[in-house]
Amino acid sequence: MAEPMKLSIGPLLYLWDRDAVFEFYERLCQAPVEIVYLGEVVCAKRRNVALSDWLDIGDQLAAAGKAVVLSTLALSEAESELGAMRRIAENGRFAVEANDMGAVNMLSGNVPFVVGPHVNVYNAETLKHLAEAGATRFVLPVELGAEVLTDLQRQRPAGMETEVFGFGRLPLAFSARCFTARAHNVAKDSCDFVCANYPAGLLLHTREREPFLVINGVQIQSARTHSLLGQVGALRALNVDVLRLSPQQEGMVKIIAAFRDVLDGGLSSRQAAGELTRYAEHGICDGYWHQRPGMDRSVGA
Amino acid sequence: MNKTRRHVELVCPAGSLPSLKAAVDNGANAVYMGFRDGTNARNFPGLNFDGAEAGKAIAYAQERGVRVLLAINTYPSPAQWTKWCTAVDQAAELNVDAVILADAGLMRYAARTHPQLKLHLSVQGSATNHEAISFYTEHFDIKRVVLPRVLSLSQVRNIIDKVDTEVEVFGFGSLCVMVEGRCVLSSYVTGDSPNTCGVCSPAKAVRWEESASGRKSRLNGVLIDVYAPQEPAGYPTLCKGRFDVDGNVYYALEEPTSLNVLDILPELLNAGVAAIKVEGRQRSPAYVAHVTRVMRSALDACERDPQHFEPKPEWLAQLDKVAEGRCHTLGAYHRPWQ
Repeated sequence: MAEPMKLSIGPLLYLWDRDAVFEFYERLCQAPVEIVYLGEVVCAKRRNVALSDWLDIGDQLAAAGKAVVLSTLALSEAESELGAMRRIAENGRFAVEANDMGAVNMLSGNVPFVVGPHVNVYNAETLKHLAEAGATRFVLPVELGAEVLTDLQRQRPAGMETEVFGFGRLPLAFSARCFTARAHNVAKDSCDFVCANYPAGLLLHTREREPFLVINGVQIQSARTHSLLGQVGALRALNVDVLRLSPQQEGMVKIIAAFRDVLDGGLSSRQAAGELTRYAEHGICDGYWHQRPGMDRSVGA
Repeated sequence: MNKTRRHVELVCPAGSLPSLKAAVDNGANAVYMGFRDGTNARNFPGLNFDGAEAGKAIAYAQERGVRVLLAINTYPSPAQWTKWCTAVDQAAELNVDAVILADAGLMRYAARTHPQLKLHLSVQGSATNHEAISFYTEHFDIKRVVLPRVLSLSQVRNIIDKVDTEVEVFGFGSLCVMVEGRCVLSSYVTGDSPNTCGVCSPAKAVRWEESASGRKSRLNGVLIDVYAPQEPAGYPTLCKGRFDVDGNVYYALEEPTSLNVLDILPELLNAGVAAIKVEGRQRSPAYVAHVTRVMRSALDACERDPQHFEPKPEWLAQLDKVAEGRCHTLGAYHRPWQ
């Protein structure tokens, strides 16, 4: 008998002020989720919450019964960033999510690790190789859908858990350039943390005023909120182990509750979906799941 | 690894047999090419080689002392797996000098099935630091890594000092502003991405529209840009459109511009890069001939006398003529750009 599907909270992708971060995780201690990912994935310059703080937050969450995982930076270039990555890899307290092959290399053969959504796992051979290196869970790349997942699940190595990005603005791209600094006409080196002004990211419209993308420092996200709430049955049938919800400022407690209710069978996904639309300001999408453009929305979403 | 500087390889694009000949005849040391299907990252209509054509092309290059690198640098899904492996087998049979791969699973297959076949890590492999590169050298014994276009010159230098493999960098051509191999903007809008389909902002999703406000370019319905009358219109690569952020309309992600490293060529050579790559398998044979000739002259001049090397204005002018947006940038090599 398969274990029931768990809920995870992905790493916080925005720069929030320190108090807001601590408050957010304090509330999560009481939330009905099993796994919480912590740490800075987007920009190495953001340091208002230090690794020692993340470890403290992790201790609190662990005491509340959550499984804590520390996430590494997605795009690491500088030697200092590798140093920070190594401190996470060797933290000795919590599991680690590797978000590039550099982190995989540090963790490989040492401790079990999670392969994050920014490491390219597109087929079973890659998954098998990472399993041999010590991976015990992988997050499906966001652009892959039900078809590939079905094949991957059939061939996944023993002991490998599968996690799917289930709710949130999609992380679509990373760059060395900071697009928030660019929008403010300042150099990245003297950005003065302008991204802190945008706790939900900076919206980019087309010239027809259609919300299109969200600028989050060096990261680009979708403006629409990806939601697999309508696919919980399908995810369960595919033996997906973990469904990831990506942190956002608005309505996180309600979002978690909606997913929890659907997972526990207390609420139909249609009822819950209505509840969620108010926390997806620029609309819902689920195209990737259906092998369609990621921005598309299916009837059931 | 011995970091003494040797001859730097000029690696040029071969999207077709005429382009390959143009590269070989104008001074390339190596060409890179792909099969005519989704196994490579320039899966465009009318480009690339089937098996028989590939044999002919490879012979043309190798007989003239030019090495042939074959790109199989998209990420196969389980359903596509066998086809991608067959492409690796074919490359080995064709005696190419190396294959350029991105997917770790495919590298594993290649390393185990064809131990004599040299492996290069594609830019699509997205290795941006020496730890990531070490993963591929230790696990698959790669001989060369192509660096993503997100690194500064000092970061490139640091990587070369630390890794046991040759380092290839981009020298000229259209510029990705995002880290390659980890950008899914194209599939978000069109369903097809470089990783899954070998395309970015594919032509089949492009629509041009004449309107009172100007000429509009759309990608699967999403407005990428509007051009005033007389304003030259560029291909609607979605990160190179003009968008509205807080009421300002500008190139919010990147201008249409080309990368050009001539200004820092001595520094790159001195850092110990093994190869310099020209982008553009989708471009014409005339482009390949033109860019190869200029890059050859520049590299020769720089290797002869790196101390006094300065890019000639006519080289820059010639390259700008064929550059995207008709202008150039040092990209991430130059810190302020970031």
